[in-house]
Amino acid sequence: MKKYPPLIILALLTLLPLVGLSSYAMHIIILVIMWSVIGMAWNLLGGYCGQVSFGHAAFFGVGAYTSGILYQKLGVSAWWGMPLSIVVVTCFSLVIGFICLRLRGPFFALATLAMGVILRVTAENLTGFTQGDLGIMIRERTWVGKTWYFYIILALAAATFLLIKKIVESKLGYYFVAIREDQDAAESLGIHTTLYKTIALCVSGVLTGTAGVFYMNYMGYIDPKVVFALHDISIVAIMVVMVGGVATYWGPVIGSLIMVLLAELIRSIPALGVAYQTLFGILLIVIIIFLPNGITGDLPKLKSLFRFQRAS
Amino acid sequence: MTSAQLEVLLQTLIAGILLGGLYALIGLGMTLIMGVMKIINLAHGELMMVAMYIAFVLFSFFHIDPYISVFIATPLLFVLGVAIQRFLINPVLKVESILPENQVILTVGIGMVLANLATIVFSSDYRSTPVDYATKAWYLSDFWKTSPIELSLSFSWSVSFLIAVAITACLWFFLTKTDIGKSIRATAQDSDAALLMGVNVERMRVVTFGLGSGLVGAAGCLFIPIYYLYPDLGGQFTLIAFVITILGGLGSTVGAIIGGIILGIFESLTATYIGMGWAPVGRFMIFIAALIFLPGGIASLLRRKRFGK
Repeated sequence: MKKYPPLIILALLTLLPLVGLSSYAMHIIILVIMWSVIGMAWNLLGGYCGQVSFGHAAFFGVGAYTSGILYQKLGVSAWWGMPLSIVVVTCFSLVIGFICLRLRGPFFALATLAMGVILRVTAENLTGFTQGDLGIMIRERTWVGKTWYFYIILALAAATFLLIKKIVESKLGYYFVAIREDQDAAESLGIHTTLYKTIALCVSGVLTGTAGVFYMNYMGYIDPKVVFALHDISIVAIMVVMVGGVATYWGPVIGSLIMVLLAELIRSIPALGVAYQTLFGILLIVIIIFLPNGITGDLPKLKSLFRFQRAS
Repeated sequence: MTSAQLEVLLQTLIAGILLGGLYALIGLGMTLIMGVMKIINLAHGELMMVAMYIAFVLFSFFHIDPYISVFIATPLLFVLGVAIQRFLINPVLKVESILPENQVILTVGIGMVLANLATIVFSSDYRSTPVDYATKAWYLSDFWKTSPIELSLSFSWSVSFLIAVAITACLWFFLTKTDIGKSIRATAQDSDAALLMGVNVERMRVVTFGLGSGLVGAAGCLFIPIYYLYPDLGGQFTLIAFVITILGGLGSTVGAIIGGIILGIFESLTATYIGMGWAPVGRFMIFIAALIFLPGGIASLLRRKRFGK
């Protein structure tokens, strides 16, 4: 029985466009699915492998810019960014990994944060290549309606879910958890920690990059402040996972559902709209203090899988 | 090198050193917190922003000079830091969770709240305190009539720098000569051993967080006569503080001072010779170079020298 829920949910979601929801509702659903892709990607690196990244906007932005520059400079469809971004983001993750993975814990977190900022400033200043602050705009959208965008991001999310499930249930997943729990012990048991951390970073980065490509195609406009944003991308990626549940399959999905709906709700109330970062911040603080493992993570039935007593 | 080029270079170096002195003060607060509590305070820049708004309000409504509000904002920030540590960070330190980086994420949340509250209260306009000595400066030709080159020294920059140096000196005195200072250093070195020696480690952590916030608060007041102010300014100063801390060596006060000055000079060189927009990239190039070539920071160089390794 345990195998069926993902399939049932996928089947229900495939039928969703037939219901005839409004364009706005579809937009929200697409955003929820896109954020769960990013959340799941972050979760692989942060939740399972224990390398908390504050710079996932870097991968997101590189993916988005890969497809944007393809369109801008070569004139081909921005969708070609999907395969190309896998190559670009992988190379890029290897560089970031070389620099940042020698650090541990909070220092890794801050090094990745710095990476995100470096890329933002570079994209702002390399005006010949990235158009700088003008941004890149796709003048003709592939589809007017949202249905096909919905199916594409749904397929991407399903693939991400499957890939992460396969990775976590394989030998790799156990290596990742071992690294998270105690890196020195993992190393002494013969796990090549740097190699496996790099693998986690590359997979996580590539998945985030494809979400970035989708964003470019779906939104049709990017600029450095949007795609390399610290608070609006990197921190939200963390919050999606934190709220939903660290190191769980469904955590990022539930987290992104809550976060996107909450963001829309807060923004739609004029009196609260200006204070939405305050409310997010307070939510983050409350979640960290009272539900440190997120909503799914603290459900007792899911506890048994990935919660070990932290060795002191 | 012509005299004009020399003039630009010397002027850039002066600006860099003055900026570096202020950066050192920001970095000191962070390195203290990091050394004692072993956590990174990503709300550091936002605390500075709060102090700058305090100075701004005092100036606009009560006409108090920003340099005097150093003495008002620093204690206020100390109290704010103590409150954050007592009521937010301490509970999280006790919670069991999968990710130990929860505290870092918590400080991000605090920073978001502070920045957003500032936007709500003060709107996101750029503000400054138009002090009447803002444009005052000393020129080399005033003192030395036949000088071949012309250099200038801004009044407010120099005063800020001198106050920063004075505060650093006081801090050094406090950390090396007083009992509380020695307890803080003991806690930073080995909190278990300090506990066994009868140091109240819990209280030292609270005091350190307050002290770190107070220092960055003072830096904020020193920055406001020479800089402008907007609610999102915190983030960039958090990053600066962090770069200084890595460059100087984690938890090392001397390292933070040297790191701050190096960063100041480097930034002002990039701004002059490459372009204003690239200054942040230069900052992070230093950061990455320090991570790759000098992982222990300047403190490791100092230590090596002392022990003759």
